[in-house]
Amino acid sequence: MTKPESEWKWQELPVGNVVLEPGNASQYRTGDWKTLKPVLNKELCIHCGLCYIFCPDMAYSLNAEGFFIADLFYCKGCGICAKECPTGAITMVVEEEEK
Amino acid sequence: MAKRVGMEVSIAAAEAVKQANVDVISAYPITPQTHVVEHLSELVANGELDAEFIPVESEHSALSVCLGSSAAGARSFTCTSSQGLALMSEITYITSPLRLPVVMIISNRTLSAPLSIWNDHSDVMSIRDCGWIQVFTENGQEVYDHVFYAYRLAEDKEVLLPVIINMDGFILSHVIEPIELIEQEKIDQFLPPYQPLHRLHPDHPVTMGAFALPSIFAETKKAQEVALRSSLSKILEIWKAFGDMTGRYYNPIETYQAEDADTLLVTMGSFGETASVAVDQMREEGRSVGLVKIRLWRPFPFEEFKKATLNAKQLVVIDRAVSVGGPGGPVASEVRSALYGEEGHPVVYNFVAGISGRDVTPSDFIKMVDKAEIEIEEGNREGYEIYGVRE
Repeated sequence: MTKPESEWKWQELPVGNVVLEPGNASQYRTGDWKTLKPVLNKELCIHCGLCYIFCPDMAYSLNAEGFFIADLFYCKGCGICAKECPTGAITMVVEEEEK
Repeated sequence: MAKRVGMEVSIAAAEAVKQANVDVISAYPITPQTHVVEHLSELVANGELDAEFIPVESEHSALSVCLGSSAAGARSFTCTSSQGLALMSEITYITSPLRLPVVMIISNRTLSAPLSIWNDHSDVMSIRDCGWIQVFTENGQEVYDHVFYAYRLAEDKEVLLPVIINMDGFILSHVIEPIELIEQEKIDQFLPPYQPLHRLHPDHPVTMGAFALPSIFAETKKAQEVALRSSLSKILEIWKAFGDMTGRYYNPIETYQAEDADTLLVTMGSFGETASVAVDQMREEGRSVGLVKIRLWRPFPFEEFKKATLNAKQLVVIDRAVSVGGPGGPVASEVRSALYGEEGHPVVYNFVAGISGRDVTPSDFIKMVDKAEIEIEEGNREGYEIYGVRE
């Protein structure tokens, strides 16, 4: 987005509120919705990728070391990855406490 | 020379849609809209109109199709009535903020219950605030004419709003009237092909219908409100151009014998012609009565309405829909709001009449004026009643 939506004046909106910049939903931080965040125990991880497959927000991606890591900019903390992980390698941790 | 032909008003409406060279028609059959759409499907099937005719499973889908085709840049048309409009209502509220220039004729019919196929305005009043430009017609010629300017207006880059043309079901839709057909060359000149400002196209991807957070929603509504209100100047400009082409000039507020009248009847839709006969009869008796007809319902032409009515002593507003539990009929509410801030404004007496197609004759209009004048004389300044109810 050229600027946050809270700064737009009504006269500046494109006719019909058309979004002219394709793909700009990627700039929308859904990560600040969460209270819990996933933490991976790499010793238990078997690299099966189920977390990546089940993540409803496509927040997971493969890193250079071969681990699937959630991008906390998008992760809403739903916990589906932790629920689906067959080895219990993912734990949901209260974000505030972990800091 | 323009040809004058006797034809059913619904057929004339369909012929106008053909002459407007629409690209997409989508509709679901419902009485009394059917003849418009049936005729259009014949025109497409016979190859007389090069358009996609998309039959769908509901009115909700019919307008959804038009919304999508309009977003892709196609001139789109639909037509419905009553329950069909109710089912379509969700999409009416989506079409206007997306600024898609769909044109819809509503063959106005009573909303159930009780089930009724006949005419009143309860259907369109249920979507009063949907953000479309809304006009009412008085006769078949007006229905035919309104289609052309509706597309030019809707598609104007300074407007880009959908338009509803209201046509009283049966009273207009099913009668045969002399219609002056406009030559195709004139129409083609008056109505250039649609050039969308934004459209769905793979080469230039855009998002239409995105969600809005509370932090921006109010700004979108303000933009929509300003767009609809400021369309009035374009409406006047296009009506002038249409009048110059055909000799038939339309106004947001039409008046008849109104200038010096103490009492003004206020009507909307096909009531206007009957009421004008009543006005003639009362004038012959020496009574100071005139008629004000609201053609443009949204955006409501406040200034034009005030100009037409402020010199009168009383207005007898005839609604064709009930606002149950409200302050009277929807037109009367609007009229009272329009006049409230004006010093010495006329007293408004409100009748709801002709609901579910019950005949309202010139003598009924005279009886309503009689009653209103007596009631106001006796000090009733907020009169409201459903006319002609047996007690």
